[in-house]
Amino acid sequence: MKIHEYQAKQLFKAAGVAVPQGIVAKTPDEAAKAFETLGGAIAVVKSQIHAGGRGKGTFKEAPQQRGVVLVKSAAEAAENAKRMLGNTLVTIQTGEEGKQVNTLFVEQGVKIARELYLGVVVDREVGGPVLIMSSEGGMEIEEVAKHSPEKILAEPFDAIAGLYPYQARKMAYALGLDATAVRSAEKFLPQVCRFFVSYDCSMVEINPLIITEDSQLMALDGKVAFDDNALFRHKDVLALRDLSEEDPSEVKAADTGLSYVKLNGNIGCLVNGAGLAMSTMDLIKLHGGEPANFLDVGGGANENQVTEAFRIILADKNVKAVLVNIFGGIMKCDVIVAALLSAYEKVGFNVPLVVRLEGTNVDKAREMLKASGRDIINASDLTDAAQKVVKSLGA
Amino acid sequence: MSILVSKSTRVITQGITGTSGLFHSQQCRAYAAECQPGVDVFVGGVTPGKGGTTVDGFAVYNSVIEAREKTGANTSMIFVPPPFCADAILEAADAGMDLIVAITEGIPVMDMLRVRRGLEKSKSRLVGPNCPGVITPGVAKIGIMPGYIHKPGSIGIISKSGTLTYEAAWQLGRVGLGQSTAIGIGGDPINGTDYIDLLEMFQNDKGTEGILMIGEIGGNAEQLAAAYIKSHVRKPVAGFIAGQTAPPGKRMGHAGAIISGSGGSAAEKIEALRAVGVIVSDSPGGMGDAMLQAMKK
Repeated sequence: MKIHEYQAKQLFKAAGVAVPQGIVAKTPDEAAKAFETLGGAIAVVKSQIHAGGRGKGTFKEAPQQRGVVLVKSAAEAAENAKRMLGNTLVTIQTGEEGKQVNTLFVEQGVKIARELYLGVVVDREVGGPVLIMSSEGGMEIEEVAKHSPEKILAEPFDAIAGLYPYQARKMAYALGLDATAVRSAEKFLPQVCRFFVSYDCSMVEINPLIITEDSQLMALDGKVAFDDNALFRHKDVLALRDLSEEDPSEVKAADTGLSYVKLNGNIGCLVNGAGLAMSTMDLIKLHGGEPANFLDVGGGANENQVTEAFRIILADKNVKAVLVNIFGGIMKCDVIVAALLSAYEKVGFNVPLVVRLEGTNVDKAREMLKASGRDIINASDLTDAAQKVVKSLGA
Repeated sequence: MSILVSKSTRVITQGITGTSGLFHSQQCRAYAAECQPGVDVFVGGVTPGKGGTTVDGFAVYNSVIEAREKTGANTSMIFVPPPFCADAILEAADAGMDLIVAITEGIPVMDMLRVRRGLEKSKSRLVGPNCPGVITPGVAKIGIMPGYIHKPGSIGIISKSGTLTYEAAWQLGRVGLGQSTAIGIGGDPINGTDYIDLLEMFQNDKGTEGILMIGEIGGNAEQLAAAYIKSHVRKPVAGFIAGQTAPPGKRMGHAGAIISGSGGSAAEKIEALRAVGVIVSDSPGGMGDAMLQAMKK
């Protein structure tokens, strides 16, 4: 689960991680008032979306308008806000559809002496959390990793003990920070690491992490993502969820206990098991088709879930054929076919449907399909299934 | 022969009074009874607070230690819900279980980091979490896989997936290749047993003549396995990697199945495996044939 920058900064602030002063604004008027309240000569008006690259991004409806702007008056704040709010910001990370901006964050201007990069993630190989820093702040870290990997410093730390002060100093000296900044880092870095662990984050990224002119560390940006598996123990974080930033079909699917990811193709798939579902997408592509989605109905799919799955798949207007690929283990094939036929009636199919079944009670299941009189195409194995569904597009 | 699960395996189920725990314990007991008539392989279960009761003939104990003392179990199959599962794994390790198979999906990553730490000094081997389990066809299964799909034979399967593994076993069966042992290592980013651990065991197992590796996007476990294969594995290896068409940045079902930034793509994994001589099938429909091809080399 992701949250907006302003929310990440609220959480940082509460956890003692230094951030600039900032005020949320949802109207141009609020943006103007925020500028005044902050009281400085300059402020930064920032679009709030769940994606980065906002500074360089522009709006579809106002191509001259950037996603993040420096303003010198309340009026300027309001003017920019007017061109941002309700409009679609396209950045290098949003894809060409862009994302609608509904909230702005107006932040005090801070004098920046230096920009660094900070990230915290769990490294599978190391088997624990790692603090990653770089002197190349403000840049796309993947670019830095590609062209100057030696500029990326990584310090694994113990999730239970946290980042020790000596580890913070190690990073600070390697980055060439002055004595005052080193002392600031000794507090700041362990605090960020503690935040990561205590909130069950999957990622924390501060880019740029700045050193102010007083040699203090401060988070000028904040990207935080949480481990979905741990949200049950962070009700306060769940409350920060912004459904408008998520694909409505993916949200609906998750609510029904389905795992769904929308793609751009025209062959919908319904499968049991994540690995088999990914493989089914791959299979379709290999045979010249384009998968429209990933969908895992999981191990215990009932009629309601299968119905909802079909609805979600068919709601995608790009879908011109559907492939159902079920390997019944504990889940019996005849049970799934009963659900399938019922869903087929309820939802109303008007595109070809290819079904490949294997596993427990498969013979009974195939009989049921035949007896249904529905125009459902039976497939014997994966290759046959892929060939048939791609062929059905031409029919 | 086999690895991990043998005729001396005796299992208790943690979470046996839950719906899944009970159902799958019953299925496993039935499979074991077919394979080893007259032998009790599944000997009870644990649900704290329900000790002293029985559920469908399974004795229930309050703790894993008690269950072990009373039944002689050496293995635990875990169906405990995610918020309590890490604790259950650590309890099983503390009780001295040789093998812990955690089926549960949804354990927080931080919890698994703590479990890993807790297992460091333990003699217990953890398989999973978020996995279908382990099966030695003809002997016993510890997990949710359909027993009949797996024919006894000499191929070892190591897989991150559940139903894709059943598909693989089915394809192997169609080309006349049964399995010595099939292990699901699970789809989580932090788990108890990895490809390398099992490649080593299979390399040393007299009953295993070939190995099938099934991977998916996310992390670099398959790449590390490729390096290990190059230096340590002399038996034929075939493989398949799911997720060639997965878009970067999106979690594809499994918590660990996410391509992030510079790492974890299917293409990289396939390349790494092919570079060390693994026969990797491009299609999920070709796993059986790939294994056959590898065996012929």
